[in-house]
Amino acid sequence: MKHTPLLSRHESLGGKIVDFAGWALPVQYSGIIKEHEAVRSTAGLFDVSHMGEIAIKGEGALDFLQQLVTGDVEKLKDNQVLYSVMCDDDGGMVDDLLVYRHSTTDFLLVVNAANTDQDFAWMKSHAPADVILEDLSMHYAQLALQGPQAQMVLQKLTDFPLDKIAFFYFEPQIRVANRMALVSRTGYTGEDGFEIYTAAEDAPALWDAILDAGQNFGLVPVGLGARDTLRFEAGLPLYGHELDRTISPLEANLGSFVKLKKGVSCRGSAALRAQKETGVRRELIGLAMIDRGIPRHGCEVMQGAQVIGQITSGTYSPTLKENMGLALVSRGAVNMDEELSVLVRGKLLQARRVPLPFYQKKYKK
Amino acid sequence: MNIPTELLYSKDHEWVRVEGDIAYIGITDYAQSSLGDIVFIEMPALGSTVRMGGTFGVIESVKAASDLFCPVSGTVVNVNPTLEENPGLLNSDSYANWIMAVNLEDKAELAGLLDALAYKNTLK
Repeated sequence: MKHTPLLSRHESLGGKIVDFAGWALPVQYSGIIKEHEAVRSTAGLFDVSHMGEIAIKGEGALDFLQQLVTGDVEKLKDNQVLYSVMCDDDGGMVDDLLVYRHSTTDFLLVVNAANTDQDFAWMKSHAPADVILEDLSMHYAQLALQGPQAQMVLQKLTDFPLDKIAFFYFEPQIRVANRMALVSRTGYTGEDGFEIYTAAEDAPALWDAILDAGQNFGLVPVGLGARDTLRFEAGLPLYGHELDRTISPLEANLGSFVKLKKGVSCRGSAALRAQKETGVRRELIGLAMIDRGIPRHGCEVMQGAQVIGQITSGTYSPTLKENMGLALVSRGAVNMDEELSVLVRGKLLQARRVPLPFYQKKYKK
Repeated sequence: MNIPTELLYSKDHEWVRVEGDIAYIGITDYAQSSLGDIVFIEMPALGSTVRMGGTFGVIESVKAASDLFCPVSGTVVNVNPTLEENPGLLNSDSYANWIMAVNLEDKAELAGLLDALAYKNTLK
């Protein structure tokens, strides 16, 4: 298994190490529910160094990215971040990612750990001669500091006034705990917070400094288990669950991230335009369990005797204290509040469609 | 790792407390620690038959579901009512919170269970 620069830290903190996409990472330290609750009420620190970082530079960089992602990269300002997806010709999603724009000739893409190598190969195969691509994943470590107290904690470690970093903007180089870092106000939890990119060798010192600064704020280290329950409650998609090559962004509630009007057509735009005309076949809905049981990825969703779709993600929600599910089902099959069934380990359990997201995000906009 | 000496154990990390003809069954401290936060438990129906080595229910943590394997054979005479609403009690104290009570079919089966020391050795 690969490991981040922080593996020994996780082990000494009592982290339960598991294999996540080939990486040795902690699924939890003190417990998923405790860690989840800490992020919602105070703050949590995540090691997300397994994510991939790809630099895209050159005169052709802007045009290349306009063709690569469904969002409008030209409308971005320098130091702004875009959440977007890369699609294949048929509109299926290759990956979701963040695009950090330094300038029109200098971008940093942050992609999922499980897809880094494929994404890099995909980008390289479609890049023109005047675009330089570099996979910097092994050089960067990434920490995520999330929660209502995140800014208070981080401000203790930097002179830079963090209020100046707006939602989905970044500072390319500020000194945090005496190390250089790129800091963005972004995250995957539905809370206010920051993602902090630093040289791999600086990660342990930064990790220690943040945990130390956060001691009086209730900051705890948080593992992958809570990362999943947090993003699930906030309605954020996970690759391999709500996103994959067989799913269109228009089916996965990501239509607002698909900008078909922009000057340059992106890969998949013809298919996406056609889908917008005729309508997509499926939609992503939220459901709350009525019968006792937890819906899990892959469970069939039924209306009477008919299978209408599948659970993409399901779990116990620590904030709502209820079992919830996300499901990709035939479009229009289920009205809000309408009952449906989920086949869980051979038993048909009743559930009810509920609005998304399950948890109202607390972004500082 | 807590392993009370007065109990019997199965290699599947269940404990057994015998009171006359009744066996109270639960999961060990090692089991609850491995599972992490327990958020759901499916227990057998009263009066149902359970077989040694067969499954008698399902226990779910936030991340995954696991089968519960039965250490003895018999008839289920009771299941713990507090666990339905509060499965997390199994994390708080896995020995104070029994899962089910079974009327033993064959007390000779108990000889096949492990004592505390033998169970502790399986954890190495």
